[in-house]
Amino acid sequence: MSEFLARYGSEIATLTLEHLWLTGAAMLLAAGIAVPAGVWLTRAPQWARPVIGLANVLQTIPSLAMFGFLLPLPWLGERAARIAIVALTAYALLPILRNTYAGIRGIDPAVVEVARALGLTGWQRLFKVELPLSASFILAGLRTATVTCVGIATIAAAVGAGGLGELIFRGVASVDNRLVLAGAVPAALLALVADGALGLLERWFKVPE
Amino acid sequence: MSSAIEFREVTVRSAQGTLRLDGISLALEAGTVTAVLGRSGSGKTTLMRTVNRMIEPTSGDVLVDGKDVREADLIELRRGMGYVIQETGLFPHFTVERNVGLVLEAMGRGREERARRGWELMRAVGLEPQTFAGRYPHQLSGGQRQRVGLARALAAEPRILLMDEPFGALDPLTRAEMQDMLKALLRGLKKTVLLVTHDLDEALYLGDRIVLLGDGKLIAHLAPEEFLLSQEPAIVEYVRAFRRGERQAEKGGRA
Repeated sequence: MSEFLARYGSEIATLTLEHLWLTGAAMLLAAGIAVPAGVWLTRAPQWARPVIGLANVLQTIPSLAMFGFLLPLPWLGERAARIAIVALTAYALLPILRNTYAGIRGIDPAVVEVARALGLTGWQRLFKVELPLSASFILAGLRTATVTCVGIATIAAAVGAGGLGELIFRGVASVDNRLVLAGAVPAALLALVADGALGLLERWFKVPE
Repeated sequence: MSSAIEFREVTVRSAQGTLRLDGISLALEAGTVTAVLGRSGSGKTTLMRTVNRMIEPTSGDVLVDGKDVREADLIELRRGMGYVIQETGLFPHFTVERNVGLVLEAMGRGREERARRGWELMRAVGLEPQTFAGRYPHQLSGGQRQRVGLARALAAEPRILLMDEPFGALDPLTRAEMQDMLKALLRGLKKTVLLVTHDLDEALYLGDRIVLLGDGKLIAHLAPEEFLLSQEPAIVEYVRAFRRGERQAEKGGRA
């Protein structure tokens, strides 16, 4: 065991960091797209069904196929990490989008009405009332997305994007369970830690009724 | 006396085409309290909401201080009117003090002014600031919440106050207390108040004028004493129905 760690320890650490980078970058990107999009949908609810439907379709694409689809694209194909980040972003859109939309729509209508009637501008309403009141909801979406994507990111190794999946694929190819575990265990721990940390944050933002 | 709020042939149809208000013409004198009575669905709330353009009339004009509300800047217009509703709509993530000062905050006023005004208003509505400033809405009773809602509505010193069943959800004792508080508060302020209520006694107690709506039409616009003495069948019928409902509620309460 210790011999194994001595041999692979630094590689596991590097790949964990890589894994973290792929997932983290994708989550930031997805939040940057899906939160504003979700807000926009609350302003134009007639688009909610088609847009959320599209995000839903993205999510049903098998991950291996998704990585494959992106491979031949000119700018993306050059760097495998880019493919991985784009694919992970696509998977993360739905939960964040859906929760942003549902979170804002779920705010007590009396509160929104008063915010309008007292003369808050649209931006003031958004930043002082709607986003703070739906923050825990939005974070719950981000948490779901993160946990899912930490798992999916292991497949990114199939297109050479690195991450902990590399150990898993190598382990499978060489029928070495220790290598598979060396990739799978840190990936599972990452998911658990992200889940716990975002869960805490979510509770922090919860507004008592 | 000039009219602070004037409705000219105001008609409102819902998106489905239902007639909500049917050619209402009505002038409210500045500095008076007008209580709007009517059954559920008579158009009381709709009428009130045309004043701050929460609802746009299908036809007709609403004038505030002689100016068409459609020509005013929407945000300015709304900041110039206090708004109090039965559900209070307090911001659950803000303290009492921040709730009260929110309109001033939205107007970009400084922290010091907001705090000073906030404390002043908390006292005016009977909430000891030392105790209540830092509390959150979920830590308050129904009556206390309604007080905060009223203080918030008054923060930017609006000349008009719109109130939709402000005490409708409170128990009778708290309601009476709130009515006394509001009456005392308004005496010194000289606001033009549009108070929507289904409580005849509340209307008679607080109103300088009584408006009765029925099916979107104006049935009466009278002083309280004239209203009670009126032989107009629609008014007599409304008063009788209200008293009957009250007696039934009392019987139900005892049973």
